[in-house]
Amino acid sequence: MTAYIVRRVLYGLLILVGVNLFTFVLFFAVNTPDDMARLSIGGQRVSPEAIERWKAERGYDKPLFYNPQAQGAARLTDTIFYERSVPLLAMDFGSSDGGRDIGREIRSRIGPSLALALPSFALGLFASVAFALTLVYFRATRLDFWGVVACVVLLSISGLFYIIAGQWLFAKVLRLVPYSGFAPGLDMARFLLLPVLVAVISRLGPEARFYRTLFLEEIGKDYVRTARAKGLAERVVLFRHVLRNAMLPILTGTVSAIPLLFMGSLIAESFFGIPGLGSYTIDAINAQDFSIVRAMVFLGSALYIAGLILADISYTLADPRVRFE
Amino acid sequence: MPRIVLLWTDAALFLLLAGVLLYAWRARRSPSVRGAWARVARDTPAMCAAVVLVAFALVGLLDSIHYRPLLPPAPGAAADAPRAYAPAVRSVLDALMDGSGLASPEKTYSAPLATRQFTKETVLDGGEPVREFPRLAFGGAHLADPDAPRAADVLGRLAAGLGAGLAAALAAGALAAALLARRHGSWRQAAGAIARGRTELPWRAMWLTLALLCLAAGALAGLASGYHPFGTDRTGNDVLWQALKSVRTALVIGSLTTLAMMPPAIVFGIAAGYFKGRIDDVIQYLYTTLTSIPGVLLIAACVLMMQVYIDGNPGAFPTSAERADLRLFLLCLILGLTGWAGLCRLLRAETLKLRELEYVQAARAFGVSHLRIMRRHLLPNVMHIVLITGVLEFSGLVLYEAVLSYLGIGVDPTMNSFGSMIDMARLEMSRDPMIWWNLATAFLFMLALVLAANLFSDAVRDAFDPRTRKFAPGAPVAGGPALAGAPLPADASAKGGA
Repeated sequence: MTAYIVRRVLYGLLILVGVNLFTFVLFFAVNTPDDMARLSIGGQRVSPEAIERWKAERGYDKPLFYNPQAQGAARLTDTIFYERSVPLLAMDFGSSDGGRDIGREIRSRIGPSLALALPSFALGLFASVAFALTLVYFRATRLDFWGVVACVVLLSISGLFYIIAGQWLFAKVLRLVPYSGFAPGLDMARFLLLPVLVAVISRLGPEARFYRTLFLEEIGKDYVRTARAKGLAERVVLFRHVLRNAMLPILTGTVSAIPLLFMGSLIAESFFGIPGLGSYTIDAINAQDFSIVRAMVFLGSALYIAGLILADISYTLADPRVRFE
Repeated sequence: MPRIVLLWTDAALFLLLAGVLLYAWRARRSPSVRGAWARVARDTPAMCAAVVLVAFALVGLLDSIHYRPLLPPAPGAAADAPRAYAPAVRSVLDALMDGSGLASPEKTYSAPLATRQFTKETVLDGGEPVREFPRLAFGGAHLADPDAPRAADVLGRLAAGLGAGLAAALAAGALAAALLARRHGSWRQAAGAIARGRTELPWRAMWLTLALLCLAAGALAGLASGYHPFGTDRTGNDVLWQALKSVRTALVIGSLTTLAMMPPAIVFGIAAGYFKGRIDDVIQYLYTTLTSIPGVLLIAACVLMMQVYIDGNPGAFPTSAERADLRLFLLCLILGLTGWAGLCRLLRAETLKLRELEYVQAARAFGVSHLRIMRRHLLPNVMHIVLITGVLEFSGLVLYEAVLSYLGIGVDPTMNSFGSMIDMARLEMSRDPMIWWNLATAFLFMLALVLAANLFSDAVRDAFDPRTRKFAPGAPVAGGPALAGAPLPADASAKGGA
């Protein structure tokens, strides 16, 4: 198993190198350093000297991939690509184009992001599984039918509507929670209540419907019939037999999503004014801050790969029939 | 004679339409495909959804025939002067809406069916400046007194519209009965069979859906003859007009993106599964790298790059509509080229299974070339996956467009789309009194379109896929697409196991 994990991690590193190269090419095709300097300093008439100074301060005045003026190995290392990419592999994000330390910024913003993402994830999973199990318990009745209809309608509504409608109903009409914002400590709960609720509801439709089909497929199997033939109560059959076996496919889907929770949610954070990594990313996109976006891309890819590896491991732990080779 | 303008997305949409017709013609000849579609046709919700989708497609296609109207010759111009065309591109849909409230802009916000503007303005009343709600240019302009109760006028227009809608629905019903007359003996018996729901296809449900659509369209058209049925937005454009124009954007995003992701997914997926070994490794590396980059950031980077190109070549676009259209077209390509990994993975897994079957082994033993095996023996047998993924992706993409437009990396700001309508509605909801009609209209149209697409795609999936579970949709974009957990590569986890 160790050998397998080591192999997967090495493969993950290889992918990260690919991601790095790809984003570098993509971003430098978007903006030359001159464009970035012009945008960052602002104004139409920027003197060439100012651009040169801006580039020199941030190390953008070097060649992209190959530096013919340097000697020996420095021909490859004294370039923008090397200086900007290799430290990323050691999780050293450097400073943004605005001059602030990205690593520090990420550390301070990861708390609010997780405070929103973790409860949303856990409650959302719980609500979806509970709803799906209820539908399966009442299968082939009117309740089941209308439950599925509700799911299809729920998943046909854009997530943006849930946010706007939630803000309107709970913040404007009922005045139960603030519109948006964030505060540390215990006050956090007041601000997070609505975003979490919205996240749970917007996930309910697609996930509950998916889980329902998983449960229904499981319920048609022989061992369930055996369990019923033994005279077990429907409740026991559902919870001990069906739920545990159907958890396997649910597990792979959810475990791989856990590391990505650190990235925060782009839309919810910007709507509710939560100073997390999602809103950080959006601000960076709008300001065209090359360094931050690249750091976030790298972080996201690394977390995604970590999620894949975690999912594989959890699959073996949960299902003894799966063995690594 | 106006000059026809063929925009990029127009050409793509009409090519797509031709492709669908070609597919239908081919599907008629293949018994298995025809059988699967017959199963879809017997599914009541799917056929009702299909009626709604056809209506939306009709609106979208009418809005895709663009032209530049001929300007009247300048006074005193020579008879052989070159003809001048208007700089603005119009569509057939615009021409159909001419003269109604839909095509008559106001100055700024006005509520549904209002006769006065939503905001106060200083107007000169006999030389004295007075603050008041000015009358609208179109809404209720025919009324002598805008503040008198106008229920009678509104109800009269509504009744006329509903009557016309009912007549259209009845005519459609008679047409359906006439079409079914041969099978049921006479048209009278056919009509009876439809009314009792005794036909093979769910004609009664389809007719009811169509009747509802006709009534809704009739009512709106009746009201639009004198008012703005859904009000106007900040720049004074009719909200219903915007929603109708947005339908085309949504359809283009949904269908062209699906189309754009197919070539790489099919080529790479089948090649990876068929050749295995080194080629498989390279292709797997490619799509794992692509999927591991957070989707929104990848799209943002591509869109920024495209924007730089468009800004750098202003001369390439004679009209602003053409520029916005090229942006939409490229956005579809970007979404397609960043989104092919999921389909590719499914195709690879299926091809891995198929290539071991005897008929493929036999073809190889006969010395059939690789290309021919992939084209003749593998591709037709994985087409059902392509079809299912295509219809399932559609509704998700329509929703995704709204998110991207909100983030500022979606369609051009000058182009009508549901995303930009929702984006504007954010600020409007916090005003007091609240401006709700913009958001409500976008919600209504989007729900109808996405719900219909979901119902139809579910039926297609059930009919074409014996193992329904495998293609259940992954979590769509609700919580930010970065979190949409893509399914895992099954090969990695199940290796050597069960």
